[in-house]
Amino acid sequence: MNSVSLSDYKDVWVFIEQIDGKISDVSWELMGIGRQLADERKAKLSGVLLGSQVAGLASEAFYRGADSVYVMDGPILKDYRTRAYTQGIVELARKYKPETFLIGATTLGRDLSGAVATELRTGLTADCTGLSIDPETGLLQQTRPAFGGHIMATIYCAEKRPQMATVRPRVMRMPPRDPSRTGEIVSEKLGLTEEDVKTKRIDFIEEVGKALHIADARVIVSGGRGLGEAKNFSLLKELASVIGGTVGSSRPPVDAGWISPEHQVGQTGNTVRPKVYFAIGISGAIQHLVGMQGSDIIVAINKDTNAPIFKVAHYGIVGDLFRVVPALTKTFRERMKKS
Amino acid sequence: MHAVVCIKQVPDTTEVKIDPKTNTLMRKGVPSIANPYDLHALEEALHLKDRYGGKVTAISMGPTQAREVIKKAISLGADDGILLCDVVFAGSDTLATSYILSQAIREINERERVDVILVGKQAIDGDTAQVGPGIATRLGIPPLTYVLRIDDVDLKGRKIRVERMLETGREVVEASLPVLLTTVKEANEVRYASLPNLVKAIRHEVKVWNKNSFPLDPSQCGLKGSPTQVKKIFAPPAREIKVEIIPDGEKAPEQAAALLAEKLDLKL
Repeated sequence: MNSVSLSDYKDVWVFIEQIDGKISDVSWELMGIGRQLADERKAKLSGVLLGSQVAGLASEAFYRGADSVYVMDGPILKDYRTRAYTQGIVELARKYKPETFLIGATTLGRDLSGAVATELRTGLTADCTGLSIDPETGLLQQTRPAFGGHIMATIYCAEKRPQMATVRPRVMRMPPRDPSRTGEIVSEKLGLTEEDVKTKRIDFIEEVGKALHIADARVIVSGGRGLGEAKNFSLLKELASVIGGTVGSSRPPVDAGWISPEHQVGQTGNTVRPKVYFAIGISGAIQHLVGMQGSDIIVAINKDTNAPIFKVAHYGIVGDLFRVVPALTKTFRERMKKS
Repeated sequence: MHAVVCIKQVPDTTEVKIDPKTNTLMRKGVPSIANPYDLHALEEALHLKDRYGGKVTAISMGPTQAREVIKKAISLGADDGILLCDVVFAGSDTLATSYILSQAIREINERERVDVILVGKQAIDGDTAQVGPGIATRLGIPPLTYVLRIDDVDLKGRKIRVERMLETGREVVEASLPVLLTTVKEANEVRYASLPNLVKAIRHEVKVWNKNSFPLDPSQCGLKGSPTQVKKIFAPPAREIKVEIIPDGEKAPEQAAALLAEKLDLKL
């Protein structure tokens, strides 16, 4: 019997997520950290691209640091379906034996990674906030928060390959882009027919402009229990509209029905990484912080000087939000007029 | 219509903390609850029962105290429940967990055909969202994740139509039965227990299956069956940023607002 040893597994792979021919940013963010890991392992970095008529997208992967891209192209892969994409990646992984495989933790990625890891009977760590190589063992050190962010855990997958990890969008930085870089494309065909795939997309109803996009927002104006009642979200809506932001919320207002769940930021809501995050009437419980502490600038407005939010904020105003927020809105409105 | 719902008992994570001196989890006295997402999955199963008739079976893998989530499921309307409990299961990561659960579901299916398996999108302690797709993969059935709504179930034609909540909109998907669904919390509101069901739950004797109750390969369970291992746990690093409090929020809020706007102006 041909036995495969761990040393047969080489290289770092990154899943390139494309939807309707557009590549999700998280793919490049992972290419960036992937390049670092591959360099430490003195190995290659490869992208994995599945879809229909997508081979032309591969060159961007080279610009972002990949040495090669495995491409599986065919009409059966046009819209994401678990079975088709899982089968494709499993076939590639069994043939080419990557040591490490990174997938973005989007809805697609989280759906796909669990299925792939199970099929390959290997370990998968979800939502990593840190990835590095253990200098002694060469193993991938996968760090992630657990128990709602109360603790950090470092996880290893010592004996199974590939070592799989998912990372949420906006956790890793975008790597630089070098349009002079080139690489190798390896094409493979998926060994599946339409009859084998037992799901079918019937329709897609786009919902643009709703807070469904809060994870991508550059400015977020968030409210918490301190707002007191549902109608006071209007104060935040006004500020948000003046400065071009999206309204967010901690969990209590959502639970109380003051605002709908897609606005929720935190452990059971969205993870956001805006340039500026306003936490208004939000105490700063750990479950909320986990969702927004990656923000570039955090501004806290709260009447309680001991609120934990002030421990993570860059700027803070201790006072009555019902006076401060309208004053902010007024000031920004005047500044906008002047410029 | 036979629906199986997987429910996990989890610590109420709002209460879990790490002891900064020893770097270990302080789990003492932390209450256990049914994973909220799994209750939404159960609610969806009960909706199916309301619409199409049939049966809802709740299963849970855990220590003996996890009996409580089975009883909770019965109190909400589940017809039957099984606790998968054996010391051999302890220490299972998501791969081992999906193995044990899928083997139990196979056994349940032998006795009474299963049409739909429902699980919550993720557990609030591990947050990995991996077990659902893992179970589906092992059973060779389609996983439909992030389900917001079940539009229609055609039991004779063996088809189901659901809406999935994606980042940019809702995807309507049709799949063949049997199928596994993972549900988002936006799917429904968990019902209150009715008095008759509460009484039923109190009287209910939870069936317990151990490693000999259904076909299992022990090498795929527990720590032995878990490719991932936690090497270390530590408290999240303290942030180094010291907040700049802008005066004077209480006495001159308009002034404070103006000062803040000035500081932010360049960044916005």
